[in-house]
Parts: sequence; structure tokens; C-alpha cells
Amino acid sequence: MTLDTVAAAQASPDTAQPFAELGLKADEYQRIREILGRRPTSSELAMYSVMWSEHCSYKSSKVHLRQFGEKAPPSDALLVGIGENAGVVDIGEGWAVTFKVESHNHPSYVEPYQGAATGVGGIVRDIISMGARPLAVMDPLRFGAPDHPDTKRVLPGVVAGIGGYGNCLGLPNIGGEVVFDDCYQGNPLVNALCVGAMKHEDIHLASAKGVGNKVILYGARTGGDGIGGVSVLASETFDETGPAKRPSVQVGDPFMEKLLIECTLEVLGAGLVEGIQDLGGAGISCATSELASNGDGGMHVWLDRVPLRDATLSPEEILMSESQERMCAVVTPAHVDDFLRICRKWDVEAVVIGEVTDTGSLTIDWHGEQIVAVPPRTVAHEGPVYERPSARPAGLDDLQANDASRLPRPATPDDLARTVRDVVAAPNVADKAWITDQYDRYVRGNTVLAQPEDSGMIRVDERTGRGVAIATDCNSRFARLDPYAGAQLAFAEAYRNVATTGAVPLAVTNCLNFGSPEDPEVMWQFAEAVRGLADACQQAGTPVTGGNVSFYNSTGDVAIHPTPVVGVLGVIEDVAARTPQAWHTDGEAIYLLGDTHDELSGSEWAHVIHGHLGGRPPRVDLHRERVLAEVLVAGSRDGMLSAAHDVSDGGVAVALVEMALRADVGARLWVPDGLDPFVFLFSESAGRAVVVVPRSEEQRFTAMCAARALPAQRIGVVDSGLGDDAGRPSQQVLVLALPGGEQITWPLADLREAHGRTLPGLFG
Amino acid sequence: MARVVVDVMLKPEILDPQGRAVQGALTRLGLAGVSDVRQGKRFEITLDGDLDADRETVLNRLAEELLANPVIEDFTVRVAEQA
Repeated sequence: MTLDTVAAAQASPDTAQPFAELGLKADEYQRIREILGRRPTSSELAMYSVMWSEHCSYKSSKVHLRQFGEKAPPSDALLVGIGENAGVVDIGEGWAVTFKVESHNHPSYVEPYQGAATGVGGIVRDIISMGARPLAVMDPLRFGAPDHPDTKRVLPGVVAGIGGYGNCLGLPNIGGEVVFDDCYQGNPLVNALCVGAMKHEDIHLASAKGVGNKVILYGARTGGDGIGGVSVLASETFDETGPAKRPSVQVGDPFMEKLLIECTLEVLGAGLVEGIQDLGGAGISCATSELASNGDGGMHVWLDRVPLRDATLSPEEILMSESQERMCAVVTPAHVDDFLRICRKWDVEAVVIGEVTDTGSLTIDWHGEQIVAVPPRTVAHEGPVYERPSARPAGLDDLQANDASRLPRPATPDDLARTVRDVVAAPNVADKAWITDQYDRYVRGNTVLAQPEDSGMIRVDERTGRGVAIATDCNSRFARLDPYAGAQLAFAEAYRNVATTGAVPLAVTNCLNFGSPEDPEVMWQFAEAVRGLADACQQAGTPVTGGNVSFYNSTGDVAIHPTPVVGVLGVIEDVAARTPQAWHTDGEAIYLLGDTHDELSGSEWAHVIHGHLGGRPPRVDLHRERVLAEVLVAGSRDGMLSAAHDVSDGGVAVALVEMALRADVGARLWVPDGLDPFVFLFSESAGRAVVVVPRSEEQRFTAMCAARALPAQRIGVVDSGLGDDAGRPSQQVLVLALPGGEQITWPLADLREAHGRTLPGLFG
Repeated sequence: MARVVVDVMLKPEILDPQGRAVQGALTRLGLAGVSDVRQGKRFEITLDGDLDADRETVLNRLAEELLANPVIEDFTVRVAEQA
């Protein structure tokens, strides 16, 4: 193959180019020709095609995502906002925390182990490129039907990949979600979150400033991994033809990533770096054009200096390669030797591949011939922006009209007792230990809470005990019924989960997983979800610090449910004051905080028992969420709460069972006055939590709730002495007194069996 | 009795972290001039009777589905001994 140089492109303007195969539309290709005033070289075409893909350019989502900035509530905590590799939040005492969640959906479907592993690796590099030491990871996961054969291929691979990469890297996995729904059958969602911490003065940004500064590529060698992965994998849906179209898969090397973390933190700590960028999707194309675009506007690169794993790679392939575990740094000439020395110490290969110029142009040479000469902003930041048509889904009115009120409800105490057991055993509710036990949750010794607690909590400062809590949530059934409310409910649940453990919610990240943006109905769902989330963040006072959009998630022609996964980060002054999920102490009172309405549409009960989805999701009251969070945080700080658990999937029934099972202690419960027992147990009204209050604190706690107009109903007492052979752990029971004088008794051993055997039974 | 050998190797373009680690160790331990190491796995399957066409078809299918991951690995199936 002959080299397509800039000179050749000028000389042969009419050469036909495969822009459509690279995912570019005819008008986009035309725009590239206008920008350059000639046809692009094949290397330039490769760069534009990956950088203008949906995945890198956010061309369909940009116009909506602006709301996150425009509606951002004033917050002193935000140190670095949207647009950098990851947002940075001030958590006090000179500490800053950065966190972000990204999708790796399509690669994880093709090759579950490596797809999920490299998803973890990618998000970790985002965090280190801000100058932070990674502290923990979390993984919100969604799969198709639990009993489908393909789920048995995808789920174990994804879980092993996350565990394999994260465990080798020495990062605890402190939570996330596992959700099953038929809509994810051909398109599982693998989202990965990482959180890291640094001192304020150590924050670094991605920019190439200072003419004459050197551009250093360091880390793993470049191979043929995932060539075109970004534009092909992330921008087109899978067809059913299978193996023939399988693209080259990226393979992760967590041991190299560990070296990269330590090496990067050392060169940053030594003050040797002017700007830094990780290499993820779009590889060198993305890193060089973004660094140049953010900096003084020019850069020259000698592409033939890039160390290769496969000597036969063409320049186009080198530019597009997604080989993992690589980083790019901008370093002053005086610091280059020190930088390379530190890389050698860590056994990390490093090469000067370019330098910063003031030409306003990104130029790339291949063995002395110029193959790229482009304005970097046009590649990195001024790609196409689409205001795509949107339309309310045609069937939505019918869907919303078909609500859960017409479903038959359990009538007798026996029915209720059985329904609780069935819901507790449902795959979405069941114990996730089979999955999370494959992750190291405690490595590094700073994990305070991990799954199945309401949020993952990590101690940041070992001297003062200051720490952060993170929760990710999304009920995509709610988002399907009403994307605006669904996104707000996802936010509210994550916000509540963070507060439940005693942390003050501070900032938000998101991973917006949707179908094709070219489908107006999907675009409407997306626009509504973004508007809902932006409004919610504004009202709750927690800014969005960054996030990720994943489009083209569908099986065949059917889009997934809109799945706006929301991550909320909170700060806690001393992790010793955290509120755990388990109750322990006899005689402590159990309270239900918030209002319970008859809200069963989209609920876990309707899904599990009736396979029903319709109606409208529970009402959102963000003022109430704020008050509830204040009470939960104050209660934790002042020692008024000994346990707490948010009420969400499966309602109060699931919350109570999980709290009882956690430490295997029973309780005496009753249905509050005026509530139907079924609604009490299974409604999924938002803005609620179950809390446990020591006797000595009851008066103070209920007075605090009353002062804030937060309903607090006493619904039970912790009691380990109720079983036949009272006091023996195996004989613990939950007893619920019904309004008619009857009572239901659930032995915890039965509930544990129901809750625990589901996933081992499916994947065991 | 037939002995069938299935060799599974990562495709040449796929990164082999284990091979890289072994390459580094070989060099450290005194073997000069190691330019590449690729690590694979080998299955030796002993069958009662000969490998007839039917069983060969099944074996080839299972090599693809179970023994190798064709997304990232190549494999070869060969008969080592046919009694």
C-alpha cells in the first residue's frame, strides 16, 4: 500500500475515499474537505472518522447536555467541571476527589471478559490523568433475562473481567448494580466507575501548552487492538451474522496499568508534567488532537517513533489503535530526562513522539513525509453537532394508561407471606454475593462499606477519618414509563443511598445508556431524561461534574429501556460515624420515614409477579429528598441512628428483609394505621427510608423529624427473641402484625434461602 | 485409540500480557536476544477408537466453543497418534 501524504492528497483531489465504511456521512465528509480545502489523506480521514463518531464527539447529545452546565446549582465544591477527563470536587481539609462513570457496553458483548476488563482500565486512566490516586471502582451492570443461554455467556465473563482486572490492579470494588431485563438481551450494559483522591495542588488538566515542550507517549506498545473500535463498535448496532464481522478486541494488562498508575503519580508529584491525557477510544488521534486543541493550538508528531507491538501496522492503524495502558504527557525539554528516568524505573516504555508548536496546526509525519496537517480544534472540539428530531413515543399514552392498579393483589396473609418470599428471591432483588464475592472489596484497607450496603464508602484521610460515599442507581422501567421522572428517580435513589450511609451528597456523574439517536422516539427519551436529571440536580443543589453517553444500545430494532445511570458522591467527616444497613440491638425502634402512597406501577412486584410494565412511575419530590437526606445525615452524625436502609426496589418488604438478614436478627413489625398491608409492603414511593433508633434517642429523633415536617412512623422493634427456640441465630424470625389481628411469621432462614440461592442457581 | 492435540494460541495481533512477562523474565535471568514470547495452551485428548468424521466434526465445534475463544484465539486440531 502506498503512503497517502498531504502532497498526494493535494495532487489527487478526486480519489474516491471510503468515508461511509468509516462511519462518516456524505455531508460530514464534505465538511472535512471544506475545512482542509482539499481531500483528507487517509490518515486524516481515519482521525476525523473516529473523533467525529458519536462516541467521541457527542454530536447528537451535545445540544442537550449543555443543560448540565446551564442549570448547575452554585456549588463551592466544584473545582473542575464538565469537559475535562473527569470532574473534581472539594471534600474539605485540602482534599479533592474526582469520579466518573463510563460505558463499555458493546465491547463487553463481543468479548465479555476483555470488554469489561478494559472498561475498568479505561476509567481508571481517566482518574489518574487528573492527578488523582484511584481509590475504588464500582460497576453498574445490566443483562438480559437471567435464564437466557446468552446471559450465561455474557454475565460470568463480564464479572470475571471486572474482578480479574480490578483485583490485579489492587483496587477495591465497592458497589454498583446488577439488573436483569429482557431489553438488554442483545445489548448488555457494562458501566464502570472509578473514584480517586488528591490534594488540591495536585490537580492536572489535559492541555499542551508551551511551544517547544515535548509530547511523550508512555505505557504499553501500540498494537492492532480495537482498530476502528470507537467508530465501528460504538456507533453501529450488531447484526445477527456473528463471528465474521467480529472486530479486533482490546486486551487489558492490569499489571501494566498498575505500573502506569505509580509512574504517572510519580512524574506528576515531581512536577515534571505540563499537561496529561490518557489514551482511550480513538487512541493517539484523540490524545494528540485534544491536547493540542486545549493548549497553544499546535503540535507536531513523528508517528514512526511510536513503539509498536506489530511492525506491520500502517500509520492509519496506529492513529486509530485502541491498545490499552497508554498515556500521553506534555513535558518541558528540561524535564524530559527526569521523566524518562522515572519511566525506566517503573519499567514503562516512554518515547518523545512530538512537540508543541505555535502553528495552529496538528501535523504528523511518517518517515519524513507529512501525512496529517489539520486544525486540531476541528478534530477534537468542532465536530458536527446535530439537533436531531425527537418525537414522543407513539405507544407511550397506552403504556401509561395501563397501570398496575388492575393487577390482582395478594388477598390473604398466606398470599402476602408468599409474595414477600417471591419478590425477595427475584433476580433483581436477590443477594448479589455470587457476583460481588468475585471482586476484592477490601484491598488497600480503606473500604468502610461495600455492596450490599446502600453506598460504597472509602476512607480518604487515614488521620482524620474523612471519607467519601458513592452510589449508582437507575430503575430503567421507571425511565421507560416516563424518562423525565425516571432520570429524577435514578438521581433521587442514588442521592438517598449516599445520605442513608451518613454522607452529605455533593456531586453527580452519569452514564446515559440509550438506543439509536437517529430514532426520534429514542431522542425524545434522551432529551427528557437529560432535562429531568439537570432539573433534579439544580433543585437538590448537587452539580453534574461529568459523564458519558452511550447510544445505539438495542437488540435488533428494539431499543433498550432508557437507562440513565446516575452516580452521586457524598462526603462524610468521619467514616466512623457511618450508618450501616444491619440492625443488631433488641428493643431499638424501627421507623419508616416519608410518605407511602399506592404506587405500584413499574414496581418490582408488578415486574416479578405479573411481568407487567405500565402506568406512571412514583412521584418525585426533591424537596422531600433533601429533607430526608438532612435527617439521615444529622442522625448519623449525632448518633441518633444505629441502622438505615433506603426504600426502593421491592418496597418496604425488601428493605426490612435485607436489614434483618444482614446481621441475622429478627424483629416485630406492624402495619401503620391507615395503610393497606400490601401497599405498605410493596409500594415503591420515593423519598423513604427505614431507620433504626436507639431507645435513648427516640424522642430527640422524632422531634427532629417533626421539626422538619418529615413523617416518621414507628413500624416495629428489633427483637431477636421471637422464634420457637428464641435467641438461636438459626431461629430468628420477622413477625408482621396485620390490622385484622392476624400475623405473618417469616423465619429468616427461609428468607435467606430464597434471597441467596437465586444467582448461584442460575450461574453457580 | 486416537490422541488428538488441540493447540490454542492468542491471535498474533492480540496483546499477550503473560508472554510479555515471561519475555521480561527470560531476559532478566540471562537469556540474551529474546525478541518475543507468545504463550498458548495445549489440550491432549485421548479417544477410544479412531477419530472418525463425525467425531471430528464435533471436536472441531467444541474446540471453537469450549477450548478456544475464537474472538481472540486461533486453534489447530491434529491427530497425534492413530492406533
